[in-house]
Amino acid sequence: MKEKSYLPGTHPDLPPPTSEVGVVGWARKNLFATPADTIFTLLAFYVLYSIVPGFMQWAFIDAVYVAENREACWKMMETPGGAACWAFTSIRLNQLLYGFYPETEVWRINLSFILLFVALAPVLIDRLPFRKQFFIFTGLYPFVAGWLIFGWFALPPVASQDIGGLALTLIIGITGIAFSLPLGILLALGRTSNLPVIKILSVLFIEFIRGVPLIALLFIASTMLNYFMPPGTTFDLLVRVLIMVTLFASAYMAEVIRGGIAGIPKGQIEAASAAGLSYWKTMYLIVMPQVLKISIPGIVNTFIGLFKDTTLVLIIGMFDLLGMGKAALTNLNWAGLHREMYLFVAVVFFFCCYGMSLYSGYLERKLDTENKFQKK
Amino acid sequence: MATKAIKKTETGETVIHIEGMHKWFGNFHALKDIDLEVFQGEKIVICGPSGSGKSTLIRCINRLEEHQQGLINVHGTNLTSDLKDIETIRSDVGMVFQSFNLFPHLTILENCVLAPIWVRKMPRKEAEEIAMDLLERVKIPEQALKYPGQLSGGQQQRVAIARALCMRPKIMLFDEPTSALDPEMIKEVLDTMIELAQDGMTMLVVTHEMGFARKVANRVIFMDAGEIIEENDPETFFNKPQNDRTKLFLSQILNH
Repeated sequence: MKEKSYLPGTHPDLPPPTSEVGVVGWARKNLFATPADTIFTLLAFYVLYSIVPGFMQWAFIDAVYVAENREACWKMMETPGGAACWAFTSIRLNQLLYGFYPETEVWRINLSFILLFVALAPVLIDRLPFRKQFFIFTGLYPFVAGWLIFGWFALPPVASQDIGGLALTLIIGITGIAFSLPLGILLALGRTSNLPVIKILSVLFIEFIRGVPLIALLFIASTMLNYFMPPGTTFDLLVRVLIMVTLFASAYMAEVIRGGIAGIPKGQIEAASAAGLSYWKTMYLIVMPQVLKISIPGIVNTFIGLFKDTTLVLIIGMFDLLGMGKAALTNLNWAGLHREMYLFVAVVFFFCCYGMSLYSGYLERKLDTENKFQKK
Repeated sequence: MATKAIKKTETGETVIHIEGMHKWFGNFHALKDIDLEVFQGEKIVICGPSGSGKSTLIRCINRLEEHQQGLINVHGTNLTSDLKDIETIRSDVGMVFQSFNLFPHLTILENCVLAPIWVRKMPRKEAEEIAMDLLERVKIPEQALKYPGQLSGGQQQRVAIARALCMRPKIMLFDEPTSALDPEMIKEVLDTMIELAQDGMTMLVVTHEMGFARKVANRVIFMDAGEIIEENDPETFFNKPQNDRTKLFLSQILNH
């Protein structure tokens, strides 16, 4: 038998062999672990090789950024239409961002967008100094933003039909996101409640809203809702849409949250009750913090779904980012450039949604107290 | 020795009074005509086969389970569906669970100060001082800022005991506190409980740790099929059990 290098009990921790660490180790483990892996890796490289350079050529290298109209744009290319004409989106940028919002008043939308981040700061950053004061502003923000965007006292009013483009997308999306979460939590608590009346009402609401397509709800909002109101009261169409989108998302949110509640061990609630905490304190201090944490993927899924569903307002004659893009394409000066327009819209949506996704990943890691995500 | 001193039955005032209490789960008659008197400072060990209703009994005392018939009186307050009464009783009765039930999203210290702050309305600083004191007593003050998931089972259960004590309870309920622990961690938890017993705490302990029962209990209660079958001081209980079912049970758990 070969002699041991160390006496029993004195073996030190040695560094791992080079095949396990560094670039070589990483590539071996992740790209070329088995023959099948190697084939897929090479295949993936080949697909990237055949798509990426051509796309780069079309989108950036040969692209035209400044031109009067499509004709002028295409004249500057080797083959007309052979590359992207970004002059289109840049000339139309104002409409894509703000719709028909009066140009002199556009600062109001920009300001409310900047203030949005001030309002979000205490929610997103928990070590923020003066967090309590910031939270007061967060509570006031919907009113401040409403005042800025629609105008009232000291600001000339803007009709809601004039709001469009990305601004409209964000208004609907953010309102839906901000209000569907608390509403969804209440509905989920209602559905898991022991009180029969509250439980039945919550179930009926959730099942009705989930059982009806959002488009149908939007049609109801645009055509029928005023019939249900007392005569003489009229709600702005945008407000009606905001309500419908929020209710729609909240039904889905409620089910996501209910799934999370089901995932909390009964012992947690028992331990809280045994200590004398009331139902609401137990929910607020013990159950919801854990539920929201384990439900992050589902919640963000609903947020992203809601954000993309805002494009459906197109059908009831509102011009969100996608609607504005479609409208721009009907202009004869620019007709035929749908690739550029749709790509632009897609990229904007992608960054918004991917941003949410990235933040949720960060949040999951930060809230993880069981080290599930910690690197070994 | 100190253990000798706590063995004598203290005849203080009654702190728990249960009379003719019944409990059903659906059609299942889980507790049948339970009568029990617990005096200030008493340590009672409840044992019995699984499904005999011993956990249900102590869970009825702080209303984690609702009884349907009979009377439960804790510290002069009758348990009814009155929420205020229930919350009063719960804040005076500490409970330790088999599966610890620490709050995983809060640090050890936050686990301990939560109820004092939100139920007793204690200032945070004072609550933290009390909590650190108790964590010291269960010998894990250095873990105060960690999360439950980073502690061993034995440490978690000691935190759970400290957390319950932070409310300054008058009675402590233990629901199989060592059953979910690895053998080498059982001792540290039992030692903590023995210390607590020596300090004079009124304790009701559901456990199969017969060594603990011999050492600490003033009374051992044997339950089977929802009834209290036998109730005696540990000496008599272990050496001269009266009932056949008790004898069978003891032979099963002592000779394995």
